[in-house]
Amino acid sequence: MNLARTFVLHLRKDLRLEWRSKDAANSMLFFALLVVVVFAFAFDPLAEESRRIAGGIAWVALLFATIVALNQGWARELRNGVLDALRLAPASPNALFLGKVTANFLFVALVECLVTPVFIVFYNLNVLGSGWQLLLVAVLGTWALVVNGTFFGALSIRTRNRELMLPLILFPISLPALLGMVMATTDILTGERVPRDWIKLLTVYDIVFTVVSLLLFESILGAE
Amino acid sequence: MSEPRLNPQTQNSHSQPAVELQAVSKLFDRFAALHDVNATLIRGRLYALLGENGAGKTTLLRIIAGLSRPTRGSVRVLGADNPRDVSGRMGYMAHSTLLYDDLTARENLEYFGGLYQDRKILSSEEARDLVGLNNVDVRRRVSEYSQGMKQRLALARALLASPELLLLDEPFSNVDANSISAMALLLGRLRDEGTTVLVITHQLDALAGVADEWITLRSGSIVARSNSLSESASMRSDG
Repeated sequence: MNLARTFVLHLRKDLRLEWRSKDAANSMLFFALLVVVVFAFAFDPLAEESRRIAGGIAWVALLFATIVALNQGWARELRNGVLDALRLAPASPNALFLGKVTANFLFVALVECLVTPVFIVFYNLNVLGSGWQLLLVAVLGTWALVVNGTFFGALSIRTRNRELMLPLILFPISLPALLGMVMATTDILTGERVPRDWIKLLTVYDIVFTVVSLLLFESILGAE
Repeated sequence: MSEPRLNPQTQNSHSQPAVELQAVSKLFDRFAALHDVNATLIRGRLYALLGENGAGKTTLLRIIAGLSRPTRGSVRVLGADNPRDVSGRMGYMAHSTLLYDDLTARENLEYFGGLYQDRKILSSEEARDLVGLNNVDVRRRVSEYSQGMKQRLALARALLASPELLLLDEPFSNVDANSISAMALLLGRLRDEGTTVLVITHQLDALAGVADEWITLRSGSIVARSNSLSESASMRSDG
């Protein structure tokens, strides 16, 4: 009960701060749109081939955009030393972690919703596979990015070059999930096969990394 | 500033000291920020911690709060060997405000108060009353406050859970003279109610007549402990 209440408290605070500053959402949206448009000019978006590469472009754009949001999320706790107040509070660190992951998930999901129509227009996309499977892959893939990103963002928070450290740590760790997201999305867009195995991979990846992050986050938060 | 309300949480005074430091040293690489510090702080007293910049005052405060671990030695706070186990019973105010600039005073106080669910928490109004911020526009964000108002709000945040041990790092910085007097009186009242208060300050006059003991740090070691400011000054100059 306490965990749920504290989780809501953290989530509400993060959403309120983002609503007022729009730091993460603006940078993410701008970055994702930029990548989508630049790739649209680099490739011939009308060709059949675009359906094969669209999944990769979409997820790479979102991965880079997510990094921007994740750096903002923890930087906000460093301003005015707020992190020390959070470390001293006798509340569950896992509630803080889950609140931040959920807030980041919502920010990235919002950007996905805004970028998707632009993406469809620029790449002349017509989804041949199942729409609900695409939605499931989007949810699982986004969770994979934000759960790892939030955890490693906390890990690199006190390093001098944290904005460089986060992608350096996050990209290799995210590779299996990224592979799953891209392959599943491509399968759905082309309608060639049902990406059951990739969805299973993403589900297992999400569960493992969520559990491991929850087990380790208290030590990360308590570190000097 | 209005009269703070007596809180049963601070009335439950025990005979054991609030803080016991035994041979505490803190090294940053080869630099010793603290060197073999031994001290006992009795419950229900107000201590002023003095010393020049770099003497180790903030490091000592952070170790007592549990934000930093000593390289050597042991710390016992409110009967616990690990200060983090009793962090809910402590109030901590740092150099920085520990507040979100983009939230209002009420939102900040309600958020941080919500993190202390096992304690009796002051309401946002009660906390602001204590530090004389009852008349500010609650819709204003903290970023729009003056530095002195931010300091008082930071003190209100530290007082939210009616702490048994209050650790304050230069609470009077950038605060006007009237507010300093009111804050010092408030600290005196909290001490009278049973709260142990440890205050780092360079504004010695602010705590004259309120502090029970003056502790002076120099180069990471305690060089003087005295019950009066004048005696403390002569001990510091002798040392």
